[in-house]
Amino acid sequence: MSIAYQSSETERTDFAAVLAKVCLVAFLTSLGIVVLYPLLWMALNGFKTNAEMFGNPFALPSGFSIANYISAWNQGIRNYIATSVIVTLGSAICTVLVSAWTAYGLTRSKLPGKPFFVGIVLGGLMLSPTVAVIPLVRMMQDLGLYNTYWALIILYTAFRIPFTTFLIRAYMLGLPRDLDEAAIMDGASEGQIFWKVTLPLCKPILVSCVILHVLFAWNEYLFAMIFTSGADLQTLPVGLTSIMAKHGTNYAVVFAAMTLSALPIVMTFFAAQRFFIRGLAEGIGK
Amino acid sequence: MVTVMKHAQKGGAVTIGFAGSGRSESDRLGPVAGILSFRWVLAAFVLILWFVYYPIIDNFVVSTKSQDIFTGETAFIGLDNYRRLQGDPVVRTAIVNNVLYAVISVVFQVFGAFVLASLIEGLAEERSRRFWRAVYFVPSAISITVTGLLFYFIYQPNIGLLDSALTQVGLADWSRAWLGEEGTAIYAIIAMSQWQGFGYSTLLFAIAIQKIPRELYDAAIMDGAGTWRRLWNITFPLTREMTGLMVIVTITGAFQVFNEVMVMTGGGPNNSSQVLGTWLYQQGFIENDFGYGAAIASVIFAITLVTGFAQLWYTKRRRVEL
Repeated sequence: MSIAYQSSETERTDFAAVLAKVCLVAFLTSLGIVVLYPLLWMALNGFKTNAEMFGNPFALPSGFSIANYISAWNQGIRNYIATSVIVTLGSAICTVLVSAWTAYGLTRSKLPGKPFFVGIVLGGLMLSPTVAVIPLVRMMQDLGLYNTYWALIILYTAFRIPFTTFLIRAYMLGLPRDLDEAAIMDGASEGQIFWKVTLPLCKPILVSCVILHVLFAWNEYLFAMIFTSGADLQTLPVGLTSIMAKHGTNYAVVFAAMTLSALPIVMTFFAAQRFFIRGLAEGIGK
Repeated sequence: MVTVMKHAQKGGAVTIGFAGSGRSESDRLGPVAGILSFRWVLAAFVLILWFVYYPIIDNFVVSTKSQDIFTGETAFIGLDNYRRLQGDPVVRTAIVNNVLYAVISVVFQVFGAFVLASLIEGLAEERSRRFWRAVYFVPSAISITVTGLLFYFIYQPNIGLLDSALTQVGLADWSRAWLGEEGTAIYAIIAMSQWQGFGYSTLLFAIAIQKIPRELYDAAIMDGAGTWRRLWNITFPLTREMTGLMVIVTITGAFQVFNEVMVMTGGGPNNSSQVLGTWLYQQGFIENDFGYGAAIASVIFAITLVTGFAQLWYTKRRRVEL
């Protein structure tokens, strides 16, 4: 009797659990469709003709001709990608090197007055690009950097040093000091310790920092829009808005251009997902 | 030299506090090694002071001037630009829109993301957990310019997805030019922003939830606690730190919004979707009124300074607690 009661009870909870699980998966799937369908729609629209565009928006394209993609590529996307790659990689290297160098100084060197310097660097975290943009225009013009790659590389580096230094410093504080001390015993200088001991140990956080910086620089819009004006110097986000302005009526090409700009970063995300996620986790603080 | 020595003493004390590494070596080696050590922070210092701190100070100077951009002549006008801010109805609209942005984002990207993350982390197989985290994150990797343009098209009445989806489910009456009407433009932009951003915060909450020891849940299940009780009594309190930080970060971000509004409506129609960032751009770079633009920038500065200090205070307190 008691055994029978027990088993029917278990059956009921099993049923409830299965129902809950089905509901949950249904919910997650519908949310997944809401997230991914617009992106799929974007890529598919790049294959449509302009006439098809005004038909049923849910319809599939009649064929998969890559004419629009080629057209978008030749109408500027190629140049914009080149500029974005130069600016993103240039500023990523500068930011991570300067930040690692600074973080070492702030944690392990003989630098006097460390709290003061830490305060100045971390204070920069609170200052946003929007607030600085008007004075920076005149400054960049005076320096002759307006409308050059350097304007963006310098600004992306300067504005990301506080955050990147903060991450690397936190990591360095957690590193053991035995190796440093052993190196000092062997007569190594601070510079040698930085390049040969500390930097290799910091590789995980450096990878995370590079990824976070690439995500930032590849997608940045405000500075890129204001400090570049020539078509050959525009980064992808800005170039995309000019394609939109120029070919706004040829929707299919605009969709192809959007897909081409999104593709590199999405592929990077899936290829380096593990590093991405760790980078973001570090980014918000441990 | 005196200041250097003073810093050296302070630096020595803090080195002990932070890293537990005995006496600072600058005490032994004297001030020369100490001064040489400045090379470590020189590059960062020059860059930050020159391109981050100085422009923000200069912004206040610019905001007290009126400037003719063509002749370059400036005139000191004191606080006139700030008085103008008070009477500017678009500034009021912009602040309301920024606040709306903040409130809606906190609801969806902090609390919504928290619930979603705990649902995902409750799944049995690690494979499906990883799958959902990655799916929801994808839009966050794409630039706001792309997602903004994409939703610009989605909201279009003639070719867009939204209105034809509404028509197909029998809600044709609801369809409209979402970005073209004053009543809906800002909400349409905010909705896009939620679509793009919730996966990012879900991922961060998922990471926080993974750090909670499994035994706590096992014990709660033994005591007969259901899903919601475990969520409320274990997951929520133990990710409170992350929640607090996310609230602050989200609010800060909401007051710096620029890109999506610029791409989707440019602040229109009739300035109804302006936010502080786009109004700054409109005044400073389209109307060429640098002084007034700088005054709007000062408002953004004041707000983000408060949230910035809140974050600093919160992070510090958290570090001590742990």
